[in-house]
Amino acid sequence: MSKEHEPLSALLDGDYQHGFFTDIESETFDPGLDEEVIRRISAMKNEPEFLLAWRLKAFEHWKTMPTPEWSSVHYPKIDYQDISYYSAPKSIEDRPKSLDEVDPELLRTYEKLGIPLREQEMLAGVAVDAVFDSVSVATTFKAKLAEKGVIFCSFSEAVHEHPELIKQYLGSVVPYRDNFYAALNSAVFTDGSFVYIPKGVRCPMELSTYFRINAASTGQFERTLIVADDDSYVSYLEGCTAPQRDENQLHAAVVELVALENATIKYSTVQNWYPGDKDGKGGIYNFVTKRGACRGKRSKISWTQVETGSAITWKYPSVILKGDDSVGEFYSVAVTNNHQQADTGSKMIHLGKNTRSTIISKGISAGHSHNAYRGLVRITPMAVGARNYTQCDSMLMGSECSAHTFPYIESKQAQSQIEHEATTSKISEDQLFYCEQRGIDPEEAVSMIVSGFCKQVLKELPMEFAVEATKLLGISLEGAVG
Amino acid sequence: MLSIKNLQASINGKAVLKGIDLEIKPGEIHAIMGPNGSGKSTLSKILAGHPAYEVTGGSITYCGQELTPLSPSERAQAGVFLSFQYPVEIPGVANVSFLKSSVNSIRKAQGKAPMDAMDFLSFIREKCQQLEIDESFLYRNVNEGFSGGEKKRNEILQFVALEPKLAILDETDSGLDIDALSVIAGGINAMRSPERGIIMVTHYQRLLNYVEPDYIHVLADGKIIKSGDKSLALVLEEKGYSWLENMEQA
Repeated sequence: MSKEHEPLSALLDGDYQHGFFTDIESETFDPGLDEEVIRRISAMKNEPEFLLAWRLKAFEHWKTMPTPEWSSVHYPKIDYQDISYYSAPKSIEDRPKSLDEVDPELLRTYEKLGIPLREQEMLAGVAVDAVFDSVSVATTFKAKLAEKGVIFCSFSEAVHEHPELIKQYLGSVVPYRDNFYAALNSAVFTDGSFVYIPKGVRCPMELSTYFRINAASTGQFERTLIVADDDSYVSYLEGCTAPQRDENQLHAAVVELVALENATIKYSTVQNWYPGDKDGKGGIYNFVTKRGACRGKRSKISWTQVETGSAITWKYPSVILKGDDSVGEFYSVAVTNNHQQADTGSKMIHLGKNTRSTIISKGISAGHSHNAYRGLVRITPMAVGARNYTQCDSMLMGSECSAHTFPYIESKQAQSQIEHEATTSKISEDQLFYCEQRGIDPEEAVSMIVSGFCKQVLKELPMEFAVEATKLLGISLEGAVG
Repeated sequence: MLSIKNLQASINGKAVLKGIDLEIKPGEIHAIMGPNGSGKSTLSKILAGHPAYEVTGGSITYCGQELTPLSPSERAQAGVFLSFQYPVEIPGVANVSFLKSSVNSIRKAQGKAPMDAMDFLSFIREKCQQLEIDESFLYRNVNEGFSGGEKKRNEILQFVALEPKLAILDETDSGLDIDALSVIAGGINAMRSPERGIIMVTHYQRLLNYVEPDYIHVLADGKIIKSGDKSLALVLEEKGYSWLENMEQA
C-alpha cells in the first residue's frame, strides 16, 4: 500500500472488520512464529484465558513434533518462520477496482459455472458493496435460525458468546496433540465457524459458510466446530465451486463434529482452491484434519467431498463410532490434473456395538497428477456386529498420471463384517467416440462420463451443490483428453 | 450428398481400405455387404471420424464439404449418424440425459433453441412408443446391462430422435430376434425420406427383406468388388461371398 493512501484505507478498513472484537488497528504480522505471536493473536481477539492457555500448550507440543513424511505427496520443505500468522483483511485500496482488473482465466471459469456478476465480484475480492448484500441475506437467515435456537456464527463470536460450549467441545475430537498440522492450527487459528443445534431441532436450512458474515477473512488456519445435540439434524456446506482468490499457500484447517444421541450431521465440501498453473507452479497446500465423533446411540455423521482444487490435498475426514448403532459415511470425489497431488481417504473407528460405516471413494487422475486413496477401517474388540463397506474406484486419463490405493483394515472383533472393493479403469476412447458421434463436444463428453463415474458420490450432495459440482468436474478436467 | 473417391485408410500402419468409390444421393438406401474382415465396419467408423483410423488417400465429400478434417462431434452436428455395431456402455449416465444432451447439441449446431426437460420427455416418449420401446429404457444407464437386442433398439431410438441427414447403420440386425427385427426395420423405413441418405452395413441378406435397398455393394479386402441392385443380395444368399471372391481372383 502506498503511503498517501494509508489514512483513507485505515478509515475504510472498518467496514471489513466484522467479527473482530478489538480496537487494535488491524494489521498484518511480520512473518515468524513464537509464543509472542500467539499471545498477540489471542489479545487481538480479546480471548478468554482458557483459550490462550490451550493455544500455548498446543504450540509447546507442536515444537516437539517432526513434520510428517508418511504420505505420498511431495513438496518443498515449509519454513514456518517465513509465514505471517495474522493478516488483516484486505483494504479497499488493495483490492481490484473492477472485474477488468481480475485475471481473465478466473473470469472465464466463473462464466462457465454461471456465477452472477455480483457474486463474481465478491469472489474475486473486488472492492464493492457486494459484501453488504450477503450481510442482509445472512441477517434474514440468522433470525430464522435464532427462532429454532440454532447457533451459527464465526468462531471468534462463539468464543465470546458461548465460551462454555467452546470449552466443553474444542479439541475434544481433534486434540491438539493429534498431528503436526492440527497442533499448528490449535496454536495459531484465527477464525472459523461454530454451529450448535439444540436438542430435538431439525435445522431448517442448509448451513453454508457462504452466508456467514465475515466468511472471507477466516484465513489460512480455519477452525470449525459443529455440535448436534440429542435428536437433532444439520446439513452443513463448506466452500464453493468457484475458485477463490487467496494469497496464502498453506492451509491447515481443523474441523470437529460432535453428534450426540440420535443426531445426524451431514457435512459437504466442495474444495476448489487454486491448483497451481499447468507446470505445477504455485497452488494451495491443503492439509486438513477433519474428524467427527458419533458419541450418542444411533447418531450419524456423513462426509461428502468433491476435491478438485489445491496443488496438494491431504485430508482424511474420519468418524469415531462410539455410540451403539451409530453410522459413519464418507463419499469422496478427488480430481487431480496437471501436477496436482491428492492423498485423501477416510478413517472409520468402530468402538460401539452394531456400528456401521460406508466409504465410497472415486479418484480421477489426469495430466501428470498423483491421486491416492488412503483409508483405515478399525474394528475394536467391543464393536460386536460392526460392519464396513468400502469401495474405491480410480479412473485414469492419459498415461502420465498415477492412482494408488492404500486400504488399512484392522479387525479385532470376530463378529464383524468388512467388505472392500476396488477398481481402476481408463476413460476409454470408445466411450468418448460414442458421445462425440452423438454430437456431444469432447469436453462435455468427458464431463458426462466422469460425472457418471462419480454418481454415487454426487447424489449425496444437496441438489444445487451437485449441479455445480458436476460442472466443476468438467472444468477441472479441461484439456485432459484429446 | 456423399461422395467417396478412392478412399484409402489404415490402422496402426496396416492398410484396411484400399480405394473405395461410392456415391450416395439423398433419398437412397445403400446396403454394404461382405464377409467378415472385408472392411465394412471400418468404412462406417471412418465416415464417423473414429480417431484410431488414418485416412491415407482419396476424399470424402459430404454435402459439398470435405469430411476428413472434421472432428467426430462436428460430423454428428452436420448430420452424420452412426448406429454402432457394438454400442458403448456409459456407467452412471442415465439414457434420457444422454439423449437430451445429444439432441440439444445437434439442435444447437443447427441454430435451434434447446429443448427443455418437459418438452424433451414428451418428444422422446413418443419415439419410444413408435419403436415399441419400454419407457424404463430411458432411466437405465446408457447401454449398461442392456441385452444385445436392447442395445440395437437404443441405437435406432437415437437415429429416430436425431433425424440425421446421413445415417450409417452398422450391423443393426445382428443380435435381434425376428420380432425385434421387424420393429426396427419399421423404424428405419419410417425414416426413409427424399432428403435422407442411409447406408446399411450387414453381413446377412435378412435385414434387406424388411428394408429394401436401392443399391447393394459387396466389399472384400478393403475394396468394393461388385455393385448392383437389390437382386444381388439374393444371388449372394444363394452362392455365398466366395463366389465373388473367386471371380475376383480369376
